[in-house]
Amino acid sequence: MKIGTPKEVINGEARVAMTPDSARQLQKLGYDCAIESGAGQAAGFSDATYEEAGVEIIKTAAALWKASDIIAKVRQPNEAELKRLNSKKTLISFFNPGGNEEGLELAKSKGASVVAMEMVPRISRAQKMDALSSMANIAGYRAVIEAGNNFGRFFTGQITAAGKVPPAKVLVVGAGVAGLAAVGTSTSLGAITLAFDVRPEVAEQVESMGAEFVYLDFEEEQADGASSGGYASVSSPEFREAQLAKFRELAPEVDIVITTALIPNREAPELWTEDMVAAMKPGSVIVDLAAEKGGNCKLTVMDEKIVTENGVTIIGYTDFPSRMAAQSSTLYATNIRHMMADLTPEKDGQVNHDMEDDVIRGATVTHGGEITFPPPPPKVQAIAAKPKEVAPELTPEEKRAEEVAAFKAQTKNQVTLLAVGGALLLAVGLVAPASFMQHFIVFVLSVFIGFQVIWGVAHSLHTPLMAVTNAISSIIILGALMQIGSGSFLVILLAALSVFMAGINIFGGFLVTRRMLAMFQKS
Amino acid sequence: MEYGFTTAAYVVAAVLFILSLGGLSGQESAKRAVWYGIVGMALAVFATLVGPGSGLWLLSIVLIAGGGVIGYQLATRVQMTQMPELVAAMHSLVGLAAVFVGLIAHIELGRVMAMDAEQKQALDGFAKLLAKKDGVEVAILRVELFLGIFIGAVTFTGSVVAYGKLAGKLTSSAVKLPGGHMLNAGAAGLSLIALIWYFNTGGFFPLFIMTLAALFIGYHLIMGIGGADMPVVVSMLNSYSGWAAAAIGFSLGNDLLIVVGALVGSSGAILSYIMCKAMNRSFVSVILGGFGGAAGPQMEVEGEQVAIDADGVATALDEADSVIIIPGYGMAVAQAQQNVAELTRRLRAKGKTVRFAIHPVAGRLPGHMNVLLAEAKVPYDIVMEMDEINEDFPETDVAIVIGSNDIVNPAAQEDPNSPIAGMPVLECWKAKQVFVSKRGQGTGYSGIENPLFFKENTRMFYGDAKASLDQLLTMIQ
Repeated sequence: MKIGTPKEVINGEARVAMTPDSARQLQKLGYDCAIESGAGQAAGFSDATYEEAGVEIIKTAAALWKASDIIAKVRQPNEAELKRLNSKKTLISFFNPGGNEEGLELAKSKGASVVAMEMVPRISRAQKMDALSSMANIAGYRAVIEAGNNFGRFFTGQITAAGKVPPAKVLVVGAGVAGLAAVGTSTSLGAITLAFDVRPEVAEQVESMGAEFVYLDFEEEQADGASSGGYASVSSPEFREAQLAKFRELAPEVDIVITTALIPNREAPELWTEDMVAAMKPGSVIVDLAAEKGGNCKLTVMDEKIVTENGVTIIGYTDFPSRMAAQSSTLYATNIRHMMADLTPEKDGQVNHDMEDDVIRGATVTHGGEITFPPPPPKVQAIAAKPKEVAPELTPEEKRAEEVAAFKAQTKNQVTLLAVGGALLLAVGLVAPASFMQHFIVFVLSVFIGFQVIWGVAHSLHTPLMAVTNAISSIIILGALMQIGSGSFLVILLAALSVFMAGINIFGGFLVTRRMLAMFQKS
Repeated sequence: MEYGFTTAAYVVAAVLFILSLGGLSGQESAKRAVWYGIVGMALAVFATLVGPGSGLWLLSIVLIAGGGVIGYQLATRVQMTQMPELVAAMHSLVGLAAVFVGLIAHIELGRVMAMDAEQKQALDGFAKLLAKKDGVEVAILRVELFLGIFIGAVTFTGSVVAYGKLAGKLTSSAVKLPGGHMLNAGAAGLSLIALIWYFNTGGFFPLFIMTLAALFIGYHLIMGIGGADMPVVVSMLNSYSGWAAAAIGFSLGNDLLIVVGALVGSSGAILSYIMCKAMNRSFVSVILGGFGGAAGPQMEVEGEQVAIDADGVATALDEADSVIIIPGYGMAVAQAQQNVAELTRRLRAKGKTVRFAIHPVAGRLPGHMNVLLAEAKVPYDIVMEMDEINEDFPETDVAIVIGSNDIVNPAAQEDPNSPIAGMPVLECWKAKQVFVSKRGQGTGYSGIENPLFFKENTRMFYGDAKASLDQLLTMIQ
């Protein structure tokens, strides 16, 4: 089968979904590759390099769409492109299925299979195809570079002959892939970097990148980010207030703010309010990576760079990956190549669209004349376990009733045991002499104590427990000691042997136990 | 010295012993608990030496010291992996001592009974105590010392056999003489007849017959129990040695012996019970020997075992974020715990989550694995029990099974006809990848085929556990 990549039709899009390198790998899977003439030009890949890699160059988009069985591209396809599909063709691309109903309908009516790259589930196995992450990584990096480009000072602090330069202070809001990439870039440029995220569990990741995590003084059970597939979810109004208060406090100090807060399928939350912008020093820069979804700052203008009255630059570009087309094309083409590898388990150049596979099922939005979006939850749980099923909350009455029932059962049990035990004891007492009963009572009580004490012993200490009881059981030595002084030679011999053996056991047992216990240690 | 002092010392000693057992509830308090036990024992021996009824104390001290030196040598020289054998061997000593003490009581009883009143007056020590007894008390005494000898003898041969099996000197599979349980029942019946005989006559002969029968029961009972059930056996023998001490305590009228015997007896019994529950086995059927008969043909295992080399394991470990290691008796046999610990340290240094999953009956003693890992300085807070960790396998990248077999056998859940059906097992096959370090393709201790080895996500890492890990460690830096 043939994989073809057309030139992106959207103005200013410099990326391309196939690189000479990825084409070589695709050919190893058994596919023929084709590319529209000039498709890689903006990303720095000339037609000649493609030809060298064995890729067929096709002059026009129409011919390419016609010749290819699989079309790989970057941007969401437009109507004209979708009309070129038919039931034998597979399209792999960003598709925005959540907000592209017409597109879905059109693809369905054409009967084509569409794999939406943004729908690749976030499970470990699928990370190599996670194009959103690879694009976000670039966006995060580029955001810092873009900010630096518009920021009039050094990032790193310096003491030079010409005076002291303070280091720049960067705040990254939202520690997703883009945020973390921004944090890494910013720290490696030498800026003091702060980062914030509503998911407190990412603090560790932030700190591992060398930035400081901004903690809020706020007590709330945070929804574990893992429950929503690793993405942030909407937070409560109180939490939002605490968060904004913290930002207000930081606004006059920071030089660069990079906001990356996005919630899937929602407008971007407003995190950087106008009064915060007003409080910032002139010359400061805000890079709003959420500009496409309305921006984390309301002053942001999509796809533009503006300067506010008090001299703060706000960058609202949405094409950061495209601004680094060579890099982003390489990564995206690799993502596509991995997707093709999963679609081609036999490496025979034939697509096997296995709808049982979690990753393929998740990413496929139309298949066989049906819309298959949204996908069912993946069979393999993604990043973390679901929180354990909480037992249905019982009403106080039910709880009370349960307690009473348990108490009654326990009482009944104990009373029965006591009655039987007591009766047995009495029966023994009726026939046995008093001297025996004295000892017998001691015996029964000791058994009872033994039962009570041992239940509490930790499982890991069962071997030491055994060693200690072994050592203690050599108490039999007392019997031998009492007898050794009385009677014949035979008695003395037997008793002496007993004392000797018990002696071995006492010392051996306790020493072994001590040796074992001495080894237990905490990390 | 006066009787009052001895009694007071006994009370203190008894309290110390109770604290000693109770203190084992936590790692920290356990270190203190051993000292309680040691002081309690020292006090008990001292009080008995200076108390009434003892003599030849110089000889006694020399013997204790002599025994102590041997005990010290044994305890300091033994390898941690040989701990089960040592414990079993030491049980046999207690059992034998109990038999001897019971025999002495019989001999003395015979001697005292033959005396007239005047001679009795002149007696001291243990004989004096016997001389005071009246008819009913003598009868009870006979039952007590009979029981003491019986349990002691069972403990003795049982422990010797257990030692042999654990040390690999006897075959570990269940061996039964023709006749099986009937032989045991016959021997027990014989003992019962001997008891009635002895009860009425007080002669030595029935006692002798019973001792032989009990020695046989101990031997045959434990021979009939397979290696996989050894943890339960060792703790049962532990319990027996306690009951023997208690029975002897009755016949000697010594309360401390009774108290401590009962403590040891009940603790051993509970421990066995806990373990049987962990294996989902009936306590009675384990003690009477061997697995119950299977109800039908076992499932055929399909597929083949796929081998992997150290390189492949190293790569997988390098890519994994979370690793769970499941050690078993094979790790103990190969003495691989240090290598396992080193592997753990290296993986943890790379920021991976490494934990250990310990099945309640892994190894040949309860808690055996914990002790070995502790010896190799694996921190105990990453060592988890089965219940704590079993749910985490589906999110685990790599599970490494080192020398365990039955405790990771999925047949326990999947095959109702498996002899181990219903036994809780570590669900390691739910991890993304499973590596099994194993010597060869043979079956485990219980002789059951393990479908885990044939699963798609399982790779067999053949070879001696220690050698394999050595090889692996050179590739993980």
